Amino acid sequence: MSDYSDKLPHFVSQAPYDPLGAPSDNTPPTPQWRLVWQKLKRHRLAYISGIFLLLIYASLPFSEVIAPYALEDRNADYLYAPPQAVHLFHEGEFIGPFVYGYKGVANLNLFKWDYQIDTNLVQQLRFFCSGAAYHFWGLWQADFHLVCPARNGTLYLFGTDRLGRDMLSRIIYGTRISLTIGLIGISISFVLALLIGGMAGYFGGWVDNLTLRLIEIIRAMPELPLWMALSAALPVTWSPVAVYAGLTVILGLLDWPGLARAVRAKLMALREEDFATAAVLMGAGPARLVGRHLLPNFMSHLIASATLSIPSMILGETALSFLGLGLRPPVTSWGVLLVEAQNIAAISFYPWIMLPMLPVILVVLAFNFFGDGLRDAADPYS
Amino acid sequence: MGRYFLNRISIMIPTLIAISVLIFMVIQLPPGDYLSNQVAELTAQGEDANPGKIAFLRAEFGFDRPLIERYGLWIGVWPGRNGFSGLLQGNWGWSFEYNKPVEDVLGDSLVLTVLLNFATVLVIYMIAFPIGILSAARQYSVADYSFTLLGYLGLATPNFLLGLILLYYSNLWFGLSIGGLMAPEYTDAPWSWEKAQSVLAHLAIPVLVIGSSGTAAMIRRLRANLLDELQKPYVTTARAKGMAPLHLLLKYPLRMALNPFIADIGDLLPQMVSGSVIVSVVLNLPTVGPILLQALRAQDHYLAGFILLFVAVLTVVGMAISDLLLAVLDPRIRLAGRAAQ
Repeated sequence: MSDYSDKLPHFVSQAPYDPLGAPSDNTPPTPQWRLVWQKLKRHRLAYISGIFLLLIYASLPFSEVIAPYALEDRNADYLYAPPQAVHLFHEGEFIGPFVYGYKGVANLNLFKWDYQIDTNLVQQLRFFCSGAAYHFWGLWQADFHLVCPARNGTLYLFGTDRLGRDMLSRIIYGTRISLTIGLIGISISFVLALLIGGMAGYFGGWVDNLTLRLIEIIRAMPELPLWMALSAALPVTWSPVAVYAGLTVILGLLDWPGLARAVRAKLMALREEDFATAAVLMGAGPARLVGRHLLPNFMSHLIASATLSIPSMILGETALSFLGLGLRPPVTSWGVLLVEAQNIAAISFYPWIMLPMLPVILVVLAFNFFGDGLRDAADPYS
Repeated sequence: MGRYFLNRISIMIPTLIAISVLIFMVIQLPPGDYLSNQVAELTAQGEDANPGKIAFLRAEFGFDRPLIERYGLWIGVWPGRNGFSGLLQGNWGWSFEYNKPVEDVLGDSLVLTVLLNFATVLVIYMIAFPIGILSAARQYSVADYSFTLLGYLGLATPNFLLGLILLYYSNLWFGLSIGGLMAPEYTDAPWSWEKAQSVLAHLAIPVLVIGSSGTAAMIRRLRANLLDELQKPYVTTARAKGMAPLHLLLKYPLRMALNPFIADIGDLLPQMVSGSVIVSVVLNLPTVGPILLQALRAQDHYLAGFILLFVAVLTVVGMAISDLLLAVLDPRIRLAGRAAQ
């Protein structure tokens, strides 16, 4: 057989054809996490929500820098001042971002101050500036901020509360507590779910039965009254940090049943698969079998379910603090801020006191969208 | 059928026992008790605490006994000073804070709590049912998208705040009195037609608020289930045979999709009862919610324990009812139940 290969216009391999040889495609299979990532990226809303959450969590260590005021900065001249809007043009002329100052007028009918926007007072914002002093991470003194009010001016984008403290800054500081409580709480419940659900699914029999009964009982209990009772049991004498830790444990302790049930069901199904039998025959112990062979199969599912239960923890903390059973000042969380919004007078006279609701809604929505997307993406082969 | 009923109800008993143990442990958690706190407070104020009376009360309520005995006393399976006298005998305990028996403190609030939660379930069904069908039958329409968005918002808004805002606007627009379950002039009046109307008008906001997240979840579920059913071949067959679209939708896929709709209310109940507690606190409704909060703060533990048990029983019974309802509607469930025996 003569060799035509150099006469042909395209490349022909000289190697002899071997039908039983290895396939020429030597690229390794795409790893699971990359498939999940690719599928998640196609899910627009989930992707955007994920980035939004990532940005917020990344900003937590730098709350002091992002907030224009320090946490407890009071300004007795501006009690319950309404929000100031940022403008760019003053009388048709571009002068960069600025706010109009207030003019306080005593309202003798309602015995309160009315703050009117005075369009003569142009207060230009300063960027990368030195403003209110704070203790950075409680370690050293600093006064660097991303945005500061003009000198002798104010910058209350979300208004002020009854002590003249900037709402926006307080919300930014509150983010730190509110968001980490959800994350720590879910970690606790995640570990509990893995342990308990794993044992039930792996051992089966009476362990399984007992666990199922326990799960049923805890799920039948209304969550909030139980949370209330447990957090009422936290001693009043505890320091704010201890209360914070106690609260995360309480939120985590009651949340595991749903996840544990998922772990158990998946384990029971996977335990019967051939690869699990193979692993056992090769001498894998229970811990190795579950941890190395079974768990990775549904870890992404589990993480998605966990993501979906973070919002309930954030809302739980908000509700408990709102009732005065959770965190207490001086700790600042969204729930603590909303305590001020408890009365009708606040809504009618100072509606901006309700603004901490906004981040709660946004973050809970983002977690829901992200979790939904993640759950769809967790099974990249479907 | 009768067998399934009995079976389902007998499952409730161990669950209730376990829940009562759990609740008893929770209310015993805070260090000290109401009496010792009272003594400490009186001593701090420089007053005499009357040790004889305190000792009598401690013995009366068995505070000096071990935990298991106290649990037995509370439930009524362990003889106390006056023989068996616990929850099983109809003695709900003593409220130290009010210095009254628990049943006198709670009064009408138990009925109103049940009423509120029952009304919420009804409203969830009434709202979620048509909207769920609509958004499945007209998938990706403007209505579908807007209801989905509304549903997500309902899920994400803390419902106590939603309650406050709605309350404010209903007062502004409809002149509804703020707080409470009826206009102030009816509070002590005997039940009458006007009073019932006033209660209904005041019930609207709490019911909507408590039901908001449940309704959202239900709409999502019904929509997903119905969409699954609509893709099945039997729907295509019926369509090919010329069945009218609306008739087809209501006759087959809807009935199939309805099951989880009823089963789900059981899962939603604990969440709803939770919601009703906090919404009641915020809106100052005369349900058990505000009393529970006060009792927990004051460590009035028999009162708190009874309320916790009451809301737990409410959910457990509600879940059982939803299961039984499902069995009535779906022969597969009761037959499977019989086959398993």
